[in-house]
Amino acid sequence: MTNPTQMPSRTTARMTGPSHQPPGGAPSAPSAPHAPGALPPRPGVGLKPQHYAEILATRPDIGFFEVHAENYMGAGGPPHRYLAAIAEAYPLSLHGVGLSIGADRPLDRDHLNRLAALIRRYRPASFSEHLAWSTHDSGFLNDLLPLPYTDATLARVAAHVDEVQDRLGCRMLLENPTSYLRFVESTWDEVAFLAEVARRTGCGLLLDVNNVHLSAVNLGFDARAYLGRFPMEAVGEIHLAGFAPETDEAGRPLLIDTHDRPVDAKVWALYAYALERAGARPTLIEWDEGVPDWSVLMAEAARAGRLLAARAGADAGKAGGKSGERGTRDAALC
Amino acid sequence: MPPFAERLAEFGAALLDPEAAVPPGLVGPDGQPSARRFAVYRNNVAAGLTGALTAAYPAAARLVGADFFRAAARIFALSHPPDGPVMARYGAGFAAFLEGFPPLAGYPYVACVARIERARLVAYHAPEAAPLAPGTLATLAPAALPGLRLVLHPSVGLVRSPYPAGSIWQAQQDTTPGALPDTALPDPVGPEDVVIARPGAEVVLRILPPGGAAFLTALQAGATLADAAEAALAEDPRADIASLAGLPFALELVTGLGGAP
Repeated sequence: MTNPTQMPSRTTARMTGPSHQPPGGAPSAPSAPHAPGALPPRPGVGLKPQHYAEILATRPDIGFFEVHAENYMGAGGPPHRYLAAIAEAYPLSLHGVGLSIGADRPLDRDHLNRLAALIRRYRPASFSEHLAWSTHDSGFLNDLLPLPYTDATLARVAAHVDEVQDRLGCRMLLENPTSYLRFVESTWDEVAFLAEVARRTGCGLLLDVNNVHLSAVNLGFDARAYLGRFPMEAVGEIHLAGFAPETDEAGRPLLIDTHDRPVDAKVWALYAYALERAGARPTLIEWDEGVPDWSVLMAEAARAGRLLAARAGADAGKAGGKSGERGTRDAALC
Repeated sequence: MPPFAERLAEFGAALLDPEAAVPPGLVGPDGQPSARRFAVYRNNVAAGLTGALTAAYPAAARLVGADFFRAAARIFALSHPPDGPVMARYGAGFAAFLEGFPPLAGYPYVACVARIERARLVAYHAPEAAPLAPGTLATLAPAALPGLRLVLHPSVGLVRSPYPAGSIWQAQQDTTPGALPDTALPDPVGPEDVVIARPGAEVVLRILPPGGAAFLTALQAGATLADAAEAALAEDPRADIASLAGLPFALELVTGLGGAP
């Protein structure tokens, strides 16, 4: 049996600190950020400290940047200095990992307040979180933990999404999870569960195509059929990422959501199908571990860009450059 | 099946206790329980927390070696899960844990180095405030100095150690690939106090001269320069007051001036 400490793992929020200082000086203390708008239907990448300086120096042609909200909840210092400088030039997607929307217990008021403050400060074009839980009596369990899909949990999740949208004053996107096992008591299928949450609350959905592939392999369902039923009209963003293939004790494939390598060919194919059904959507390359050189990350984004352009067709003219054009201002987003 | 709240409580408890049984009713594609699949979540939590600690305490990790550090971090993490989702705040008790960790009993300076790293992390995320130019001190009338109070930058922190922890930390900063970590203690081995701050974009660390920690502590508490000087001399008669008075300005730790209340 594999030593658990050697198993690949997924990361959620990362530590940022002085040991991650990029070379060269940070910008001066931040001023007012750029005005908000919808995410453009173009490729985006996660904003990583390793790339801060290069992004500011080269002003790459990328559609948007996404950050983990929890990494920008300090008071000051390089994280905010860099984020403010970059947010002046690019649309921003704020992606939370710690709100624990799927939990049995109330949402953390202090955390909602911190999120509200971040949204006020940076006016992101999108706010998203996960269909998962992480809060527990013993403390915060920093992973995205699964929940059963029942009438009771559906009501709980919808209530939490309502509360989030009310408190933050904007529509949120809810992301589908990667599953490694399922709860025997589930009575709802995941697509129907997400669709019903969106219907009841008016929230949007963040379609993580990599998570669909992983869950399909791990639980034994058809990923393409899942995408075929997915309510694409609610999709405000798509995520793509890499995974680590492992096996379970019976030798069946067990794919781990590691976000540490290029997007798999099967996931690119599912993404093309998703675009066929949905049309062009803002698409994030989610590479959080073993972060590569900037040029490698841009190459992944460019590949998504080619698929978006191929699908968009007539829409390609509306997808503007990195600054100035922001896409239409959508009242449903932050 | 127990209600939702109980299911999550049981799931969470089993995540932190490697000896606990996998909760029932969690199945793979064949409808059978799978310990290996549950282990993915256990590993994600443990690896995520040990990863956060390794990122926050890289010098301590180099001092004790990666394997030892990971094992110690895992013990700490499973018994001290975070109390919230902001990982920049995680691990405040780690230095104290290392101090009491029996395998490190012969290496008491490791915990001190960890305290320095914690103070650097706290300074890194501290609020912004514009420091006064270092030349400000020279513009002040000498007669005004004894009664002067200084407003120090919100990021200023002090770490006092009976060991030369500042020098040891500095020796660990050469991360050139192939460079052997410098684990030799400075000669002579003696106490060191350090000041840590982030007046601009970067964290700065300075080993303090005799009386320096008492001086800065007094200033932070609102003491006048005269009272802070007295505190410095009381701590260490070797304190060089003229030099200490210039130190906060030279390091850009002063954001404002105050006189008598």
